[in-house]
Amino acid sequence: MASHGIRDRVAIVGMGCTPFREHWDKSLDDLLIDAAGLTYESAGVTKDDVDAYWFGTSQSAASGIALATPLRLSGKPVTRVENYCATGSEALRQACYAVASGAYDSAMAIGAEKVKDGGYQGLNAFPIPTDGTGRTLTAAAMFSLIIPAYAERYGVDEDELRRVVARIAEKNHYNGARNPLAQFRRETSAEAICEMPAIAGRLSVFDCAGVADGAAAAIVVRAEDAHRYTDRPLYVKALALVAGDGSGLVDPDYDFTTLPECAAAATDAYAQAGITDPRAELALAEVHDCFTPTELVLMEDLGFSEPGTAWRDVLDGTFDLDGDLPVNTDGGLKSFGHPVGASGLRMHYEAWIQLRDQAPEERRVNLRGRTKALIHNLGGYPGEMLSFVGIVGTELD
Amino acid sequence: MTETRGILAYGAHVPYRRLDRAAISDVMGSGGGRGWRAVASFDQDTTTMGVEAARQALAGVSSDLAPDALWFSTVAPAYVDKTNATTVHAALRLDAAVPALDLGGAVRSAVGALRAALTGSGRTLVVAADLRVGLPTSADESAGGDAAAAILTGSSADGPLLAEYLGGASATAEFLDRWRTPGDATSRTWEERFGEQAYGPLVDQAWTAALADTGLTADDIDSAIVTGLHGRAVKRLGGRLGVAVADDLAGTVGNSGAAHPALLLADTLDTADAGQVVALVVLADGVEVLILRTTDALAAGRPSRSVAAQVEHRADVTYPTYLAWRGLLEVQPPNRPAPNRPSASASLRRSDWKHGFVGSRDTTTGITHLPPSRVGIGGGAVDDMEPAPMADTEGTIATFTVDRLAYSPSPPIVFAVVDFDGGGRMPVELTDVDPAEVAVGGRVAMTFRRLHTADGIHNYFWKARPVRG
Repeated sequence: MASHGIRDRVAIVGMGCTPFREHWDKSLDDLLIDAAGLTYESAGVTKDDVDAYWFGTSQSAASGIALATPLRLSGKPVTRVENYCATGSEALRQACYAVASGAYDSAMAIGAEKVKDGGYQGLNAFPIPTDGTGRTLTAAAMFSLIIPAYAERYGVDEDELRRVVARIAEKNHYNGARNPLAQFRRETSAEAICEMPAIAGRLSVFDCAGVADGAAAAIVVRAEDAHRYTDRPLYVKALALVAGDGSGLVDPDYDFTTLPECAAAATDAYAQAGITDPRAELALAEVHDCFTPTELVLMEDLGFSEPGTAWRDVLDGTFDLDGDLPVNTDGGLKSFGHPVGASGLRMHYEAWIQLRDQAPEERRVNLRGRTKALIHNLGGYPGEMLSFVGIVGTELD
Repeated sequence: MTETRGILAYGAHVPYRRLDRAAISDVMGSGGGRGWRAVASFDQDTTTMGVEAARQALAGVSSDLAPDALWFSTVAPAYVDKTNATTVHAALRLDAAVPALDLGGAVRSAVGALRAALTGSGRTLVVAADLRVGLPTSADESAGGDAAAAILTGSSADGPLLAEYLGGASATAEFLDRWRTPGDATSRTWEERFGEQAYGPLVDQAWTAALADTGLTADDIDSAIVTGLHGRAVKRLGGRLGVAVADDLAGTVGNSGAAHPALLLADTLDTADAGQVVALVVLADGVEVLILRTTDALAAGRPSRSVAAQVEHRADVTYPTYLAWRGLLEVQPPNRPAPNRPSASASLRRSDWKHGFVGSRDTTTGITHLPPSRVGIGGGAVDDMEPAPMADTEGTIATFTVDRLAYSPSPPIVFAVVDFDGGGRMPVELTDVDPAEVAVGGRVAMTFRRLHTADGIHNYFWKARPVRG
């Protein structure tokens, strides 16, 4: 398989992100207008300056018209994209390829989700007619399968592992408490999380991403044009996507201790970006912490920890804000909630401000000369998953 | 050579759950009594219980003895207008040429179906199931029980009969002992003493005629199974037959109405010696008497799970939970959208999977795919697959979880990734299980259940249950 990537051919020159909230007073249109406006302002352009648009939303709207109408985009190519919970990153990936191809000079990727109009807690799947034999489990239950499997495979006491994943939530809430865009801004201790009642397997509510409305966007241009817009563009180093074949739910050899689609996407992304030692080369990583065990195994699948050792690294503070490789410095899905179409772009927004020294002082990462950040965004469940891994950096190679 | 007709195979299903009758009066201050009644789980109905009984009956039967007709009888059908026997037919993966008919409406229909099958032609699988509901504290509530039984009838030319049909008789009369208006969940009855006197002469008439039909005397009968929903008449009139009367499972299962005659017959056949003469006497809007004699083939032809074993393997359900399962007590569901109705066209396309639990096996790699797949996970050609029937294959729990958020008619959902013996994996819901007893490595078997009902459509599919006994 050839995956050549488009390293350093496209740059992000403007980004915007709305606060992630229960926006009872904002519609999907409002969120789109707000995120697009912040992004135009960031890049110093108007809506007419942007040649093409990719709009990511999972369940809030269909077709490009749902973006073109509220923004009143006239005569523009506008495409709606959907790829489960990686929808936001998928919109960016499409926009980047369109610019890299030479088809357009500039493009906007915008992702939004209006979740809180549904009347139920949690995300609600769009009802596709079926034979009625599919699983009806919650995502929390599917990801909860990781804990006993990991404990068994690596000989970690399950109670100890429960504390480890609570420690991940504690870290992400610590970071989120320092982020005005985050929905949940209160620190929570691992001890308190461990004492909460289980809702799925051993997971409590605080092991799960919250639910919020939100939107985020980016404008991309050809790398050689980037400095017309900003002194500090973010160059796209890698865009990798792997959609799994669902074999984990069929193949008895799959053991729920790893997310192979994520590992494969990371391998591709590192090759595209020329990264050989991610833990040493990356300044930070934004990863898809939909549930705390997800972040645990991602540390191994993304190559930050050796298999079976991430739980120790978590306890050692490796991924803390002041650790060797800070992870989810903005608070992650844990603090933001997960408006599906927006999350991937929200993750890129954190790389945008951290690598460009614009993050608030109290959660600013010490870059130590490192210039690259990784963004990981997944959709689906263990065994049946798709994964995005992107890498951005402030320097041309 | 004259062909004798009789029973080629049989099986029964007693649900795993029981209601301790004392729990009724504990909650309500009245009602209840001693012993237990069998309770269909929230995901069972007469159709799914019928499927389980029929699977028991057919499990050890060679394909030469496959039924050439399926008759399903119940008083509590999952559907009217639409046939329920077709669901049983699909779950058993019977050939399309095998007619599947509902013979329903009244308790008497089930024993009538058995008589018609024993006296008719061909191999007919008679499946009887009932789900007995009474208003809280009523006699029907405590005395009733939920169960199913299946009997494959045929002739000695088909194969060794487990019991030969010797003959019988019928007596019919129109009188109001018990009745229910269509749409009602529960029955009403006339004064008890009236029914007893109405049944008396009918029992005498049918019993005398049955003995005459078979050329036997009461002394020739080793045991009688006497049943009917009029408990007092059954007890009094059964006692005057002059024959030992078999246990009626009232203390452990309850009276399973339309299913009870076949269930008691199955229980008797589970332990009877060869050459025993058994009379089945059923009081239902008249009296049906069927007389059978067990054969030497019975010992080798019994189903794998006896009625007694199923009675023994049980777990109590609390009375409020029982009420909620039967819809007599509405409880707050999880705050999640209720499931959608299944698609009729998608269900038909995938009937082998949905109803028959047939996956596919890659003929090149040997990998079993659940659900069936046209393209294999191990590479290879498209449509390089053969059917892989998995309903009768047991498996082992690879990992599991308990989901307290997902929609379920009876939360929480216990869910396991199951690896089947000989290959094949599937994440599947567990049933008849308490979360605390689930463990990695636990053994499970598949069972046909009703997942939910939406828009009046019952969504049938398979779950896994722990292997017991």
